[in-house]
Amino acid sequence: MSYDVPEQELMTPGHVACPGCGAPMAVRYALKALGENTVVIIVASCWSIIAGPFPYTAVQVPLLHTLFATGGSVASGVKAGLEACGYKDTTVLTVAGDGGTFDIGIQALSAAVERNEDFIYMCYDNEAYMNTGIQRSSATPWGAWTTTTPVKHPKEQPKKDMVAIMAAHRIPYTATATVAYPEDLIRKVKKAKDIRGSKFLHVLSPCPSGWKSEPAQSVLLSRLAVQSCLFPLYEVEHGDKYTITVWPREKVPVERYLRLQGRFAHLKPEDIRYIQENVDREWERLVAKAKASGQEIPSTGG
Amino acid sequence: MEKVIMGNHAVSYGVQLARVQVIAAYPITPQTQVVEMLSEFCADGLLDAKFIKVESEHSVMAAVVGASIAGARAFTATSSHGLALMHEVLHWASGGRLPIVMANVNRALGPGWNVWTEQTDSLAQRDTGWIQLYCETNQEVLDMVIQAYKIAETVLLPVMLVLDAFVLSHTEEPVDIPDQAAVDRFLPPYQPKFRLQPGNPCSFYGLVAPEHWMELRYKMQRAMEQAVEVTQQVGAEFGQVFGRPYDVVEKYRMEDAEIVLVTSGSIVGTSREVVDELRAQGQRVGLLKMRMFRPFPFVAVREALAGVKKVAVIDRNISYGHGGIFASELKAALYGMPNPPTVFPFIIGLGGRDVTPQSIHKIVQYTQQYDKPAEEIIWMEVKR
Repeated sequence: MSYDVPEQELMTPGHVACPGCGAPMAVRYALKALGENTVVIIVASCWSIIAGPFPYTAVQVPLLHTLFATGGSVASGVKAGLEACGYKDTTVLTVAGDGGTFDIGIQALSAAVERNEDFIYMCYDNEAYMNTGIQRSSATPWGAWTTTTPVKHPKEQPKKDMVAIMAAHRIPYTATATVAYPEDLIRKVKKAKDIRGSKFLHVLSPCPSGWKSEPAQSVLLSRLAVQSCLFPLYEVEHGDKYTITVWPREKVPVERYLRLQGRFAHLKPEDIRYIQENVDREWERLVAKAKASGQEIPSTGG
Repeated sequence: MEKVIMGNHAVSYGVQLARVQVIAAYPITPQTQVVEMLSEFCADGLLDAKFIKVESEHSVMAAVVGASIAGARAFTATSSHGLALMHEVLHWASGGRLPIVMANVNRALGPGWNVWTEQTDSLAQRDTGWIQLYCETNQEVLDMVIQAYKIAETVLLPVMLVLDAFVLSHTEEPVDIPDQAAVDRFLPPYQPKFRLQPGNPCSFYGLVAPEHWMELRYKMQRAMEQAVEVTQQVGAEFGQVFGRPYDVVEKYRMEDAEIVLVTSGSIVGTSREVVDELRAQGQRVGLLKMRMFRPFPFVAVREALAGVKKVAVIDRNISYGHGGIFASELKAALYGMPNPPTVFPFIIGLGGRDVTPQSIHKIVQYTQQYDKPAEEIIWMEVKR
C-alpha cells in the first residue's frame, strides 16, 4: 500500500483540543487535502474552542466561527460573497459536530445541500454534545451512557442515519471517514474538492472524555469501528451509487469496540447481541447497495 | 425618471441602484414583493447579484453575514416573525461590524395572526446593535436604501430601514428613480477593511475573553454615536446630489409651537395634514418626525424640543409593562433638560388599525385639554 498524505501542515501545534480527540486530526487531514485556497467555517462545537481564542488561530487558512444552526447557511453566503469578490475557485469547508449537524443545524444544512451549494460539509461525530459536557444527541448510539441518558435510562433510540438523509438529497457526493484511515479520508476530501455542488463527509470522531476511553486508543477505536462494520467506510454519489472504500480484513465482533469505552460498560450480554445483530443487518444492507451499484464484492465482504 | 410604485418596489429599485452583490431572502407577507422583484432583476441580468433562496429567516441573516464577511455588499428584507427569527444572527451582523442593509416591513407579531402594520417587531430589536431608520414615503424608502449603504460602510454597522406594512409597502406613489451614474458616484463600491480572504489566514468571531470583550463593545457604541453625524452628512450630501436632503429628525412647522406631535413612519404623513389644518386655524401645533431611532438622536431631539410646552408622542407599538417605545425613549432623552416639555404618551393603531386625521385631531385635543397626562399610557380608540 502506498501512502499519499501531503506534507503541508495547515493546522499548527497549539490548538486546545483534549488529548486523543478525533476532531483536530480530521480537520488536519482535510486541510492537507484541500490546501491553502480554502476558507473554513466552524459551527459552534468543540472546534469553537479547539481553534484557539482571540487573537490566536491554530489554522493557517481564513476561518470564520459561526452560530450553531448556521453551518449550511453561512457557507452559502460565504461562497456567494467570495465569488462576488472574484475568488471563484476557493473551497469552502464547513466543520461541525453532530449537534450542529444532526440536530440544531439540520434545517439549514438540508436547505443548503438541496440548493446544491458548492461547499464541503464535514461533520465530526463524537456522538453526543461533548462541548457542553456529554449530553445525548440524535447521533448518540443505542444503549450509550451520557449525562442526559444515565445508566438507569440509557439511550433507547437508534442513532440517526445522517448519511442516508444526505444521500436522499441526491447531492453529488456523500462519504464516511475515520482518522484511522487517513489515506481514505484524504482521498475523499480531494475527490469532494473537485466536484461542484454539495459534498457531505461524516467522520466518526472518538472523544475520550465523553466515551470514557483511553486517549491513546482513539485511532484504535476508529479502526475497530470500521473493522467491526459498525461504522463502514463508503461513499454515495448522487444518492444512488454506493461504493464501499475499505473492506474489513476480518469482521471483528462489535464487543471489542464497545468494551474499550466506559459509556457502554453497563451493557449486558443481550444488549451487545442486540447491537451486533443491528450492525450485521446494516452491513448486509450496505453491501447489497454496493453490489446493486455494480461494485465487486470481495470474498471477505459478503 | 419618475415611476408610480409601491413601497416594496421602491426598496427593490434602491437595491438595484446600490449594486448589491449578494441577496438572501425568505418571503413573508407583506415584504414578499421586495424579493420577487429582486429575483426578477437578477434573472433578467438587471442586477449582477447572487440571490440565495434560503429556507428561513435565520438562514437569511446567516447567509448575508457570510457574504458580507467575505467582502460583498449584501442585502435582505423581512418583516415581523421573520425578523424575530433572525434575532440571534442580528447580533452577529452588528458584532462583526458588517455593513449589511435590511428592509423591515413593520408588521404585528402574533398570536393571532396579523399581517398589518405595527412597529413592535423592529423596535423589539433595538438592542441588537443595528442602526434603525423609519420611512414616511416610498420616495424616502428608495432614497434610504442608497444612503443606508453609505452610512453602514462608513461606520461599519448594519442598517435596518423600516417601512409600514401596506400603508407604504403596498401603496403606490410617484417616486423619482435616480440616475445610475449619479448613484455610482454617490455610492462607490464597498471596500472592506477586513474580510475572509484566501491567502490571508485570519480568524473571525473566535472566543473573546473578558480582557478584550469590553473594548469591542465600547467601539460598537462609539460607532453608533458616530452614526448620528454620518447619517446627517450622508443625508445632506444626498440632498446636494439628488435634491432631497435628509436629517435624523425633521422639524415641520415647529416655529413657536406650543404642542409638538412626535411620531414616525407613515403616521408622519397623516400628522402633517392635521398640522397644516390646525395652523390654518391659527393653532400653534408642530410636528417632529423621528427618522432615526437607533442611535437615538439625543442632541437633535433636545434641540428641537427646547422651549416646547407639551409633546404628544404617537406610538404604534408597545413594550408590555412599560408603554410606547418612542415615548419612553424620548422621556429618557429629555431627562435633565431645563424646563422639559410634558410628554403625552399615546398608543394607537396597533395591528394595522387605521390612524386617520380624526385620530390625530383627537390626540391634539387631549393634549390641549390636560396639563399633564391622566394615565401612564393614553390609549386611543381602544374598546375597553
